[in-house]
Amino acid sequence: MHLSKQQKIFRIFNCVILSILCLSCILPFLNLLAISFSSSPQVAAGNVSFWPEDFTLKSYKFVLSKSEFYRAFFISVMKVLVGVPVNMIITLLVAYPLSKTKAEFRSRNFYMWFFVITMVFSGGLVPWYIIISKLHLIDSFWALILPVAVPVYNIVMLTNAFKDVPKGLEEAALIDGAGPLTILFRIYAPLCKAMLATLVLFSIVSHWNSWFEGLILMNRPDNYPLQSYLQTVVVNRDVTLMSNSDLQYFNVVSDRTSKAAQMFVATLPVIIVYPFLQKYFTTGATVGAVKE
Amino acid sequence: MRKENRNLKQANSRTYHLMLLPAVILVIIFNYGPMAGLVMAFQDFSPRKGFLGSDFVGLENFRYIFSLPNLWQVVGNTLLISVFKILGNIVFPVLIALMLNEVGRSGFRKSVQTIINFPHFLSWVILSGLFIDILSPSEGIVNKALGALGIDPVYFLGDKAWFPYTMIITDLWKEVGYGSIVYLATLTAIDPTLYEAAQIDGAGRIRQTLSVTMPALMPTILLMFMLSLGSILNAGGTLSASGSSGFEQIYNLYSPQVYETGDILETLVFRLGLENGQYSIATAIGMVKSIIAMALMSFGYWVAKKRFNYQIL
Repeated sequence: MHLSKQQKIFRIFNCVILSILCLSCILPFLNLLAISFSSSPQVAAGNVSFWPEDFTLKSYKFVLSKSEFYRAFFISVMKVLVGVPVNMIITLLVAYPLSKTKAEFRSRNFYMWFFVITMVFSGGLVPWYIIISKLHLIDSFWALILPVAVPVYNIVMLTNAFKDVPKGLEEAALIDGAGPLTILFRIYAPLCKAMLATLVLFSIVSHWNSWFEGLILMNRPDNYPLQSYLQTVVVNRDVTLMSNSDLQYFNVVSDRTSKAAQMFVATLPVIIVYPFLQKYFTTGATVGAVKE
Repeated sequence: MRKENRNLKQANSRTYHLMLLPAVILVIIFNYGPMAGLVMAFQDFSPRKGFLGSDFVGLENFRYIFSLPNLWQVVGNTLLISVFKILGNIVFPVLIALMLNEVGRSGFRKSVQTIINFPHFLSWVILSGLFIDILSPSEGIVNKALGALGIDPVYFLGDKAWFPYTMIITDLWKEVGYGSIVYLATLTAIDPTLYEAAQIDGAGRIRQTLSVTMPALMPTILLMFMLSLGSILNAGGTLSASGSSGFEQIYNLYSPQVYETGDILETLVFRLGLENGQYSIATAIGMVKSIIAMALMSFGYWVAKKRFNYQIL
C-alpha cells in the first residue's frame, strides 16, 4: 500500500498516542511492583521508581507469614468455589424458562419483569442490611453468597443467547420424550458454551473483587474475605500492619512495601484468569448493543 | 394428539415454575424485602421495634432531608462527577476505538487492548491502594515526576479542589479501555464498500471518518449514553453488571477534608445509615435517589428501544 507523507505522520502519531496510553496503564503497576521487591530504606529514600533497588523478597515473606492474610485468602477462595457454581446454576435454571415465548410458557413475561425490576429499582442500603441481619446472616459465610446469588444481568445475557438456539433441536428432543432439564443441560448449555464461559469468568472476577458485603456484613475481621481485609489495611491510611512481634522484618520491610506486596498477591488470581477473560470479554462488553 | 400436547405443555410449565423457584425466593428475600423495608422512610425506625412496631411520622423524614444544609451540595458533587464520567466514558473510548481501528489487525493492536482493558477487572480496593501510593504528595511517584519538572506537590486526594477531578480521571483510567470494545465492535461491522464508494467520490481520510465512520458509530454512542443515564445519581459513568456506581471508588479514596466536594449521595447514605444509625433519614435519601434513578433509567431504556430497537428483555 502506498502511503502519502501525511498518512505516514498520522500513523506514527497514532501509534505514539496509543503507546503513551499503554504506558500510563503499566507504569503505576510497575512502580508498585518495584516497591514491593525493594528494601524499605531504599523506598523511604525515594530511590525506587520502576526497578527494584536492593532486591528482596522479605515483604512477600512478611505478608505470607501473617495468619490474617491466609485466612482472608482462604475465605475468598471458598467464596469463589461456592459462589460461582451457585450463580451459574441459578443463571441456567432461570434463563431457560425465560427464553421461552409467551405461547410456550404463559407466565414468562411476569417472571421477566419480576427479575428486571430489581435491576432498575432497589430498596437501598439500610433496609438491605437490616433484612440480612434479621436473617441472622451477619458473620455467616452465606451472607457472602446468598444476597448475590441471582445475577440478573447475567441471566438476561444467557436468556438472549438461548433465544438464538434453533427451535428444531428442541422439538426433536421433545418428540424423543426429553424433559426441560434434559433439554437445558444436553442441548442448550452445550450450544452456548462461549456465553457460559464468559459468565463463569465474570462471576469469578466479581466474587473475587467484591469487598463491600464482606466489610459491612462481617463484624469479626476473622471472617473477612481478602478484598475486605485489604480494604481495612491498604486503604485505611492510619492502620499499620506491623507490630512489635515483627521485629525481624523492621530493617527491610515497611508498611509501604508490605502493602504493595499484598496488593500483588491479591491481584495474582485476576492476572491468571485474564488471558481467558480476554478471549471472551467482547461478548460481555457488547451485549445487545451491536447488531450482527 | 392435541390433548396430549396440552398435557405436555402443562407438565413443562410446571417444571419451568420449579426451575425458577429458588431464584424467585432469593430475589423476594434480598431484593423485594428491602423494597418493602422502604416503609422505614416514613417511620422513626428503631431496630428494636422493627418494621412493624416503629412509629409512623408521615413525610417528616423527607421534610428533614430537604432542609439539610449540605444535601444540595452533595447532589451537586454527585452530578458534577457523574456528568464528567459519563461524557468522558463516551468520548475517550470512541477516540481509542477510532485509533485502534486505524492500526488494523496487528499484534500491536492486540497488545494495546490487552494492556488498557486490564484495570477494568481490578477492584477499587486494589486500585485505591495503588492510587493512594502513587498520588501521595510526599512519596508518590506522580508527585516525584512533577517535582522533577519543577511543579509543587499536588494533594490529589487531600485537596478539595482536586478531589472530584482525581475521581473522574482515575475512573476514566480504569474504564476507557474496556469501554472502547463496544465501539470497536461497531467499527469492524461497517461495510468496507462504503469506504470504497467514499474514496471513489474523492473523500480523504478525514472526510471518510466524518461521513462514514461517525454516522455508523452514532447509534452506539447514543445508546450507551441513554443506558448510562440511570447512573447519574450514583457518580458512576459506565454501564456495568451491578449498575455502575462511584461509591466503591469514592468510599475508598475520600477523607473528611474533602467531604465538601467529594461526598456523594451514596457515601452520605452510608455514613448516616450504617455509621450514625440514622436509619430512617438514610433510607429516605436512598428512596428519593432510587425513584429518580428509576425514572431516568426507564426513560433511557424507552428511548433506546424506540429509537435504536435495543431490547434487553
